[in-house]
Amino acid sequence: MTAIVELWNSLHPMLQAVIKGLAVIGVIFPLGGASSLVERKVSAWMQGRPGPNRALPFWVAWVPGISLLQRLGVFHLLADGGKMFFKEDSLPGHVNKFYFLLAPVVAMIPALTTVTAVPLGAYVDEAGRVVPLILANVDIGLLAVFAVSSLGVYALILAGWASNSKYPFLGGVRASAQLISYELSMTLSVIPVFLWINVPGGEGTLSLAKAVEFQSQPGFLGGMWFIFIMPIAAIVFLVSLFAETNRLPFDMAEGEADLVGGFHTEYGAMKWGLFFVAEYAHMMIGSAVFILLFFGGWNPLPWIPLSLVVGWLGAVSPVLTHPIIVGLLSLGIFVGKVLFMIFVFMWVRWTVPRFRYDQVMKMGWQKLLPLAIGNLLFYAAAIAIRDLQLGVAYWAALAVVTVAATWAIFANPLQKPAL
Amino acid sequence: MAYVVERKSLSLSERLYLPQIVAGMKVTLKHLFKPNVTLEYPDVRPAIPPGYRGVPTLVKDPNGREKCVSCQLCEFVCPPKAIRITPGEVPANQPDRAHVEKGPQAFDIDMLRCIYCGLCQEVCPEEAIFLQNTFSMTGYTRAEMVNDKAKLYELGGTLPDQHFKWDKKKAAEERGNPHH
Amino acid sequence: MSSAPAKPADLVTVNIDGKEIAVPKGTNVIEAAKLVGVEIPHYCYHPKLSIVGNCRMCLIEMGMPAVDPATKAPVMDAATGKQKINWIPRPQIGCGTNASPGLHVKTSSPMAREAREGVTEFLLINHPLDCPICDQAGECKLQEHSTAYGRGYSRFIEQKNVKPKRTQLGPRVTLDDERCILCSRCIRFSKEIAKDDVLGFIDRGSYSTLTCYPGKQLENNYSLNTVDICPVGALTSTDFRFKMRVWFLKQTPSIDTESSVGVNTEVWSREGVLYRITPRRNDAVNDTWLADSGRMLYKQVKADDRLLAPAIGGNSTGGDMALKAAADLLKAGSVAVVSSGRSSLEEQFLTKKLADALKTQASLVSRVGQGDRLLISSDRNPNVRGALVTGLISALPSQKLAGLAADIDAGKVKTVISVGEDLTAAGLTAAQLAKVSVIYLGTHNNATSAAAKVVIPTLTVFEKSGSFVNQQFRLQKFAKAVPGPAGVNDDLVTLAELVAAAGGGILPFALGQLWTQIAAETKVLAGLSHAALPATGHLLDASAWAGLPFCEGETLHFKPAAVPAAVNA
Repeated sequence: MTAIVELWNSLHPMLQAVIKGLAVIGVIFPLGGASSLVERKVSAWMQGRPGPNRALPFWVAWVPGISLLQRLGVFHLLADGGKMFFKEDSLPGHVNKFYFLLAPVVAMIPALTTVTAVPLGAYVDEAGRVVPLILANVDIGLLAVFAVSSLGVYALILAGWASNSKYPFLGGVRASAQLISYELSMTLSVIPVFLWINVPGGEGTLSLAKAVEFQSQPGFLGGMWFIFIMPIAAIVFLVSLFAETNRLPFDMAEGEADLVGGFHTEYGAMKWGLFFVAEYAHMMIGSAVFILLFFGGWNPLPWIPLSLVVGWLGAVSPVLTHPIIVGLLSLGIFVGKVLFMIFVFMWVRWTVPRFRYDQVMKMGWQKLLPLAIGNLLFYAAAIAIRDLQLGVAYWAALAVVTVAATWAIFANPLQKPAL
Repeated sequence: MAYVVERKSLSLSERLYLPQIVAGMKVTLKHLFKPNVTLEYPDVRPAIPPGYRGVPTLVKDPNGREKCVSCQLCEFVCPPKAIRITPGEVPANQPDRAHVEKGPQAFDIDMLRCIYCGLCQEVCPEEAIFLQNTFSMTGYTRAEMVNDKAKLYELGGTLPDQHFKWDKKKAAEERGNPHH
Repeated sequence: MSSAPAKPADLVTVNIDGKEIAVPKGTNVIEAAKLVGVEIPHYCYHPKLSIVGNCRMCLIEMGMPAVDPATKAPVMDAATGKQKINWIPRPQIGCGTNASPGLHVKTSSPMAREAREGVTEFLLINHPLDCPICDQAGECKLQEHSTAYGRGYSRFIEQKNVKPKRTQLGPRVTLDDERCILCSRCIRFSKEIAKDDVLGFIDRGSYSTLTCYPGKQLENNYSLNTVDICPVGALTSTDFRFKMRVWFLKQTPSIDTESSVGVNTEVWSREGVLYRITPRRNDAVNDTWLADSGRMLYKQVKADDRLLAPAIGGNSTGGDMALKAAADLLKAGSVAVVSSGRSSLEEQFLTKKLADALKTQASLVSRVGQGDRLLISSDRNPNVRGALVTGLISALPSQKLAGLAADIDAGKVKTVISVGEDLTAAGLTAAQLAKVSVIYLGTHNNATSAAAKVVIPTLTVFEKSGSFVNQQFRLQKFAKAVPGPAGVNDDLVTLAELVAAAGGGILPFALGQLWTQIAAETKVLAGLSHAALPATGHLLDASAWAGLPFCEGETLHFKPAAVPAAVNA
């Protein structure tokens, strides 16, 4: 095991980076595909159906117990993938060919690029420091993720425009408008987190690993995940995330009821498949960021950070504290949380019907944005009051202002109900 | 004429929307663990309830005789004009059916046209046509989807007869007119 | 029975269900009620037969205005201020009651209804439950009246009477004795109209049975009329038996082409297939009768020897090719035109145009047979008068084409165009036919079509519309009942194209436009059109042809003006 580590360390850093990158792509891509199967299965179970359960390649049919996999529809995944690759890849005559072909590629790029700035786990080195498993541990981590992932919408606009057909065009327009509307609230919702992390006098950072580190501190407030500290921010972030990833109830860009297939109406075969995988990859990255910021990253439970678990493991056997084992453990915890989030995405999708487009806009601009701004102001004020040790009167004043603002936004009788 | 639908204003929790979504998610989660309600059709066949209106068929009486007398009422009543009958005379050398005099030479039901309404069964004065429990008809050509007389009797089989109307008639015929 | 307009003095006013109506004296209550739109149910009564009143279905309640027996002064009803009506306490039969001044009738009073319900129940006692297999179902009076006056269930628990079924009364009529309600219409028809008294009832009570006299058969040429008038399914046509239910059949008015009587007929077809021909009532021509031979004419439509494709020299070809070949022959000159008395007036008009364009006089073939003094006349062509009216011929035709034969022998004729006539049957020999090029327009194969250079198939009377002029110079129209065989043009189209090919100009071939031209060019048809022709026909002014020696004998509604001076042999 040490030999592997030594071999790894002896590799050129560039080569290391390429291998890591390929490994991440090699995981994200099949996971995106697998998510599509899970989606089919989850939707089926929620609707009281068995879901896909037919496919079984004849050359493995003899394997005992294979029928379980068949019932789970595992081979449908292969069949779907095979279909995607081998079906006729038609290119409609009326499209702008260059951009039409470019769009699915553009969709994949941000999906795969953002992974670099997302820490996927951590291990504890000999010095007892928690080292994040991350491709590029940069200080502007979150900013990089936001910046690159927002490019994903270009793919939708490109696809919609290049298709040269009205429904894809409407889908593309909707996607861009939706992105602009919700990107604001999303960004505003995470500012309080980093206000909280970047205490005055401390080292300034936007690193996601640091955010996790902050949730792994000892003590009541230190070990508390941010979802408990700032639930409103978490909700705004989550809702915006749904909107950003074009998932139901915000999949206005696809809206098959009114837009045939939305932006990818004219697409087929693997070009369409790339959009599909990109959507799931986007979901995964989004979920990862959400978990890192609000759900304690790779920490198994609130107030039980990874380092504590490593201590327990060390008590059982020193071998278990080996960085690879700890790394895998943290990776497992983190991926488990991400997969649960993806399940939540599906769960919501098969529960909530699609919004009307005007409702989407109204909610983004009239509800979420004020809420995010209010949330930011509240935490800014609260952090100031806390850090400057101001008196109870200030807390009371903050409470009064908060209640008044909330009422103004949500219960104001002068305002017509938004939804 | 415009019709105004009165909508009651939403409560606070409804307007917040999130509690409603959570309530909905509770329902879907419950269904996630409930047993399936669907039938895996080709492997599992549904139980056909009595009175089911499947493919129309011709039936024979318990003595294995053709009941249809080709009165063509079903052909007349059939809304999509799926039934086509060529009437014919029952030859006098068929002792068990000669007294019926009339029977179909050809009886075709075009299952591409049939709408399974059951009016043919309703109208049949001889209780010869029944919509039974066959519900799936398939074929590769249009011609295959036309059930001819042989196919209709094969699908129909034999059903109990309440009346034996023509048997009574035959008996009366054999008893004859005492006056002659 | 009288349909002639009556003088006002002959009219009597009767009151039927509260409505006053003036009817000719002698009209019975059923006919009078029909005039006010009230249908009195009946079985045995038939407007063209004598009245026997044995079915008792037409029972009505009647009364007469009351008069004081002593003073003969009207008795007034104080309540209404009108003359009091003395209602007869028992129902009377409508068919046997003639209109008399002041007669009051209640056709649907409780008493009348109850009486008819009783009659219906008695009739149904021994009537078999044969409707599903009975050919009369759908046009059965017993069925119709049972829905109105039947009780819906039977109180009769005894054994039904059994009578023979499938009795052959004659070659064309099958009797089902069980269904007979003993109305005696068929017996009266045979005796009074067909003058062939072969039918009668034997036995008594519910054992009464219709039968032929020993050693006789119902085999006269009018036997199928008994099937028409049978109110139930007792008498059925052996030909139509079990062929098709009547409710599927479409009725098209047509004309019988057997003879110059021009019997009005109804052609019954379903989806392009003819099933039967029945008479259509026309009191001025055929009343409600039709000869059996006329009912079988529909079989020619699907006959095996039907001409279905144009041919040149015996080889099938396209319609255009055949027309072109015919046109070439016509342009070569020396053409003789043989027209037919079986063609419609419109076709004869176009044939006339063709003859004019070819600068020749068309000849026509006469057919003469023995008239039966009823509905088959001596002149077996339905439309010789049409040829006279259109000017196709000016003198009566002869049975043999002697003149044409002489011309062929003399080499004056190179081409003969026959519009539906078999030249061999008309007296030309095979050798004569071989000398000329024959263009044959016809419906069926025959010696002429076999010898013809060009054969262009045409339509039968059931496949086209047109009109005939009958022996009374009555212009009667017939309509297309079924479409012609695929690829066969309408006769008018073919003739119009031939006229154009012969240099006679472009003529319309659609009936409406053609009639505009016919009416403009023919004096006696001025102002007429095919579309506006009434169903019973239009009597033309025949004075121009009054002197011609038509070979006609007496028929049902026609008496020859004078004994024909010369009957063509």
